[in-house]
Amino acid sequence: MSIYTSLDSVKEYLIKCMKCGNCQAVCPIFKETLKEVGVARGKISLVERLLDGKIEMTEGLADRFSLCTTCMACNANCPNAVPFDKIILAARAEAVRRKGLHPIKKVIFKTLKLQRLFDFGMKTGSKFQGLAMKRIEGKDYGARLRFDVGLGKDKVFPNLAPKTFRSSYKKVVEVPHPKMRVGFFTGCMINYFYTDMGKAVVDVLTANDIEVIIPSEQGCCGIPASVNGDIASAKDMAKRNLQAFENAGADAIIVSCSSCGSAWKHSYGELMEGDPEYQAIADKWKKKTYDINEFLVKVVPFKKEGLGRIDRKVTYHDPCHLNRGQGINKEPREILKSIPGIQLIEMKEPGRCCGMAGSFSIVHPDLSLKISDKKIADIAGTKTETVATGCPACRLQLHSGVVNAGLDQNVVHVIQLLAESYAEGRK
Amino acid sequence: MFTTEVLHELIKVLGKENVLSEKEDLVTYSYDATAAVPSVEPDVVVTPTSTEHVVEIVKIANRYKIPIYPRGSGTNLSGGAIPIKKGIVLTTQKMNKILELDADNLTAMVQPGVIIQDLNNEAVKHGLIYPPDPGTVSTATMGGSVSECSGGLRGLKYGVTKHYIMGMELVLANGDVIKWGGKTVKNVSGYDLTALFTGAEGTLGIITKLLVKLIPAPEARKSLLAVFDDLDKAGNAISDIIRNKVIPATLEIMDKVTIGTVENFTHAGLPTDAEAVLLIEVDGYKEVVEREAPVVERVCRENGAVDIKVAKTDQERDLIWFARRNALPSLAQVKPALVLEDATVPRSKIPNVIKEIRRIAEKYNLMIGTYGHAGDGNLHPTIVIDPRDQDEVHRMEQAVDEIFKAAISLEGTLSGEHGIGIGKVKYLPLEFGEAGVNTIRRIKEALDPNYLLNPGKMVTKEE
Repeated sequence: MSIYTSLDSVKEYLIKCMKCGNCQAVCPIFKETLKEVGVARGKISLVERLLDGKIEMTEGLADRFSLCTTCMACNANCPNAVPFDKIILAARAEAVRRKGLHPIKKVIFKTLKLQRLFDFGMKTGSKFQGLAMKRIEGKDYGARLRFDVGLGKDKVFPNLAPKTFRSSYKKVVEVPHPKMRVGFFTGCMINYFYTDMGKAVVDVLTANDIEVIIPSEQGCCGIPASVNGDIASAKDMAKRNLQAFENAGADAIIVSCSSCGSAWKHSYGELMEGDPEYQAIADKWKKKTYDINEFLVKVVPFKKEGLGRIDRKVTYHDPCHLNRGQGINKEPREILKSIPGIQLIEMKEPGRCCGMAGSFSIVHPDLSLKISDKKIADIAGTKTETVATGCPACRLQLHSGVVNAGLDQNVVHVIQLLAESYAEGRK
Repeated sequence: MFTTEVLHELIKVLGKENVLSEKEDLVTYSYDATAAVPSVEPDVVVTPTSTEHVVEIVKIANRYKIPIYPRGSGTNLSGGAIPIKKGIVLTTQKMNKILELDADNLTAMVQPGVIIQDLNNEAVKHGLIYPPDPGTVSTATMGGSVSECSGGLRGLKYGVTKHYIMGMELVLANGDVIKWGGKTVKNVSGYDLTALFTGAEGTLGIITKLLVKLIPAPEARKSLLAVFDDLDKAGNAISDIIRNKVIPATLEIMDKVTIGTVENFTHAGLPTDAEAVLLIEVDGYKEVVEREAPVVERVCRENGAVDIKVAKTDQERDLIWFARRNALPSLAQVKPALVLEDATVPRSKIPNVIKEIRRIAEKYNLMIGTYGHAGDGNLHPTIVIDPRDQDEVHRMEQAVDEIFKAAISLEGTLSGEHGIGIGKVKYLPLEFGEAGVNTIRRIKEALDPNYLLNPGKMVTKEE
């Protein structure tokens, strides 16, 4: 019994909630709405009553369950260590089992599942992006929607890449004397939008004599489906990815997206629970999956010689699923500090959620924006030139916020700065 | 009675965004942080943003004879925010502005929904603090903590909430708005209603503004941990520290059950064979701290402490308080629920009451960890239970009965800082006698004859 198959699986967590309300101190949604239903304690009371049969699984209830960014700040502040992210994911899966999936989400997850259709859509989209979206003048800022389709017209989206990341690389990027062979799980955002991030990962790995395999059969990690309760789709996607990397023959899997990392490290094992074929595969790869920061600091360790100077003031935003989700917060800072010339200036509360949370920002654009505003104000306070982070989704949200606030900061993944430093060193 | 007409009137006055009436929202206002009390859904939840809003709500409630339950963040431990007879939950969370910080007069004027920590964050910019620090300091509202007169860890030296409330604005049950007190240190005009409404648990009026006292932030602090193999020796040390004219900011105790549980879960390095540990912090000017800390150390030694640790660095200090902060979470790991009481006795009676609690725990075969604010006599006997075990729940109720009787017989009180709320109403005659309870009732009926404000709490209508 996993959180994805039965709501009963979270009963042991529910009973540990003392209703002390400590979650109110850290919940980004509650801070904006000041409604009890926004905070973990409120939704726990709803799940309890749902299990007791005292309330119905209504549309209204499913709406309330959508009010969580799964940032896990409440988990960390809970005196009883109640894992609320598991409770909310189980509740959403239950909602889908009882009420079905929202028709729009159904179409989206189906497209994510059918990789070729998705690829086609994104390529076509890249050509015709100008029709629906208006590029922002100046630097490569991205684009805003021309028409408000419910996402708000202010949100800045990155430009779609003319050529996807995976199609622009050979299946294996070789190095002269490889000391390791790793598989690179790119995730969708790198493949379709942030190809620069993907390139930086490959450059840094090869600079460290590591051969990189980029299996072309990989697809979406499935997190967008599983956090919305579409377990059937999530399982399909997990299986496809597990198979792709099982066939690739790598020593380890590298990810540079915090959600993709959580998928391999946590979700796949839970989704495949009881599967005669895939459970063992999921359990095997879970132990061999590394976030790029973690891999470079703890496994390689990365070369310090040959790092060129980059004179820049940088602040770092902790992605929730990297920091609280995978316990990785020292490693990216260690990388930044090792780059000559970089001055790391911490923002107030670097670990507070940026409000992106994948589809949360689509379902609740206003709320997402309000949460982002606080983050952007903290960033502005650092007076830095560059915001580094460890997740492409956070990068999108922070970039949009920075542009809309009229700030002149670059938003990049830590690995891009490291790649830049190696390149500088080669000059 | 509550009808859709009432709902429409509330929406008309407050706007749709300030009225919640869907089942999925009402459920989330049916509880607070109290264990083992009933959970009741209100008919409606309102979030006023001004005093005028509150007045309008009270008028509507009066017209239809519907109870109102003022609520802050719902973190209290006496069932004080539960809408036990249904009706309107009025949360003050949106009235969360710090209206003024007056560094010349050392006061702050705040709306009731301000979080205590937010006030402190503002005060510290002026080198000031608002001393009351309940465990919920980062979540509880000022309105809620004033209504419960919450205490905290610094009660011994700095007092409790009531010592910092200089004035307030209130909406009474009849809709009148009154202002009481002010910025002057001295004020004897009229009865001291500010004192009456502090700790009134929202049963006499609805607070809409608060004027509080601030004090200069202490410059330095020093923490110690003293280990005792005998409860009486620890008790003597507590009294002896005070006799030596040292008033620590914090003087906490943890009993053997608590020490064992904390150590089991945190591995903080506590001596599990000890009968009690005292955790002490002195604060003030650097020179004062340097004089007082050695006195505390000497007194503990003279009273037979088997080990004393003085924190030399911030990390060592944090480790000492890490253990104390983990008392409640560690006990919570033992069983699914815990009942946290706050029976309080004069500090000289601490060893007696801990022994009584142990006897009661054995008698009813319960696990009770006792820890708390030894310096002010306010202990937290914490009973860990599994609410699914009916027999255990019953034994817990009997044990609570006896703990209250023990506290009263040792010249103590039912509640040091959590309030009477729902659960302790029946014990009030133990402390005041029938005449005392009647006095409370007459005050209640003078101000709120129809029991519209937070009914079922503190005092009930005579049968």
